Amino acid sequence: MGSAGTANGTITAREAGLVACRRCGQVHQSDAQFCKRCDGRLESRDTQSLQKVWAWLIAGIIAFIPANVYPMLRTATLVEQSESTIVGGVVDLLHYGSYGIAIIVFVASIMIPVGKFMAIAYLAISVQTKSATHQHERHIAYEAVEFIGRWSMIDVFVVAILSALVQLNTIATINPGIAAVSFALSVIFTMLSAQSFDARLIWDADRTTNAR
Amino acid sequence: MNPAPQNLDDLVACPQCDTLHQAHALPEGTRAYCQRCGYVLMTSQPAAMAQVLSLALTAFVMLLAAVSFPFLSLDAGGLQNATSVIDAVLAFNDGLAIPLAVAVAFFILVIPLMRLAALIYAIGPLVRDEPPRNGARKAFALAERLRPWSMAEIFIVGVTVALVKVAGLAAVTIGPAFWAFSGVVLITVLKDQLICRYSIWEALEQPTER
Repeated sequence: MGSAGTANGTITAREAGLVACRRCGQVHQSDAQFCKRCDGRLESRDTQSLQKVWAWLIAGIIAFIPANVYPMLRTATLVEQSESTIVGGVVDLLHYGSYGIAIIVFVASIMIPVGKFMAIAYLAISVQTKSATHQHERHIAYEAVEFIGRWSMIDVFVVAILSALVQLNTIATINPGIAAVSFALSVIFTMLSAQSFDARLIWDADRTTNAR
Repeated sequence: MNPAPQNLDDLVACPQCDTLHQAHALPEGTRAYCQRCGYVLMTSQPAAMAQVLSLALTAFVMLLAAVSFPFLSLDAGGLQNATSVIDAVLAFNDGLAIPLAVAVAFFILVIPLMRLAALIYAIGPLVRDEPPRNGARKAFALAERLRPWSMAEIFIVGVTVALVKVAGLAAVTIGPAFWAFSGVVLITVLKDQLICRYSIWEALEQPTER
């Protein structure tokens, strides 16, 4: 471990009557409005955090529905024309025998988005109920959501590359379906939801001095 | 018991859980973690700033190469189709999907380039021991803010998935831009490992040129 030790036990900036800058870590007296080091806005806690989290999360879940119902790819070959959804694409990959890639696509496009919806909802509910248990686990869940969330974009990029690459006039062409747009929107909304979450709220529950 | 204002500069608060720590000079090659939540507060690597700058410059040049050279090309039944990164962006060019083309362009090209340019602008003078440029703090803040939206590495994994999907149908040739783009990804990972945000902010705190 490094050598940044606490003065006496752990105490938050808020308890010490101070406000910290989230960008650069500089600590100020609690009446400061802007950070003197990086000019960032100072807020001891983001009081509207949960509202924003829920709003973006619901938008993300709504956008996820058409993303799964409508086709992601429209493939046209000499003999046939077909459309495939996200799940359909995974099934096709399994038919070709590329199990590894099928797993990557399934995890990135189905499991991660659904897992993220549940994780963010759980974090928001636990903060609302002022739960003081599993703080470390919840913090890890928050970091995981922040880190992994972006990777859902894989499927959108795959569609972009396939559509650009497979343009062989009559033999075969691949074009993006409308689900690509709603899927991208769903990922963006969920990322915004995770970013709106103020992780400091997780740690406030066991602090009586923080009662508003 | 509020600490006196002049001591506030010695304190560091964890951005994730608000826990206060006292800042010390770190021994070489070590990292300081938050005592409560484990977030990395600072890293100590002398010369890291120069390394970060050189990596950022390299990544910037390679990203420009990745845009200009051919990326992938496809051969099937005598027909050929070469694709650049720009073509991949323009794949979403019909009707409702146009905003997605813009978004993809931002995620894989514009935002990575903006981040690198902002970082080079902000820490360039610091490496030469000169005072920070005007607006250097804004530039570094922008680079930090855009971090989750820079998706070059995800694009590369997407390319791999797409290659496997078409490999059975046609012969795919990988162009120089693919390697340039992969290089950018590796360098970006390395750069983000080396960077110590705390010391950069501290260095940027010095008065600017004018």
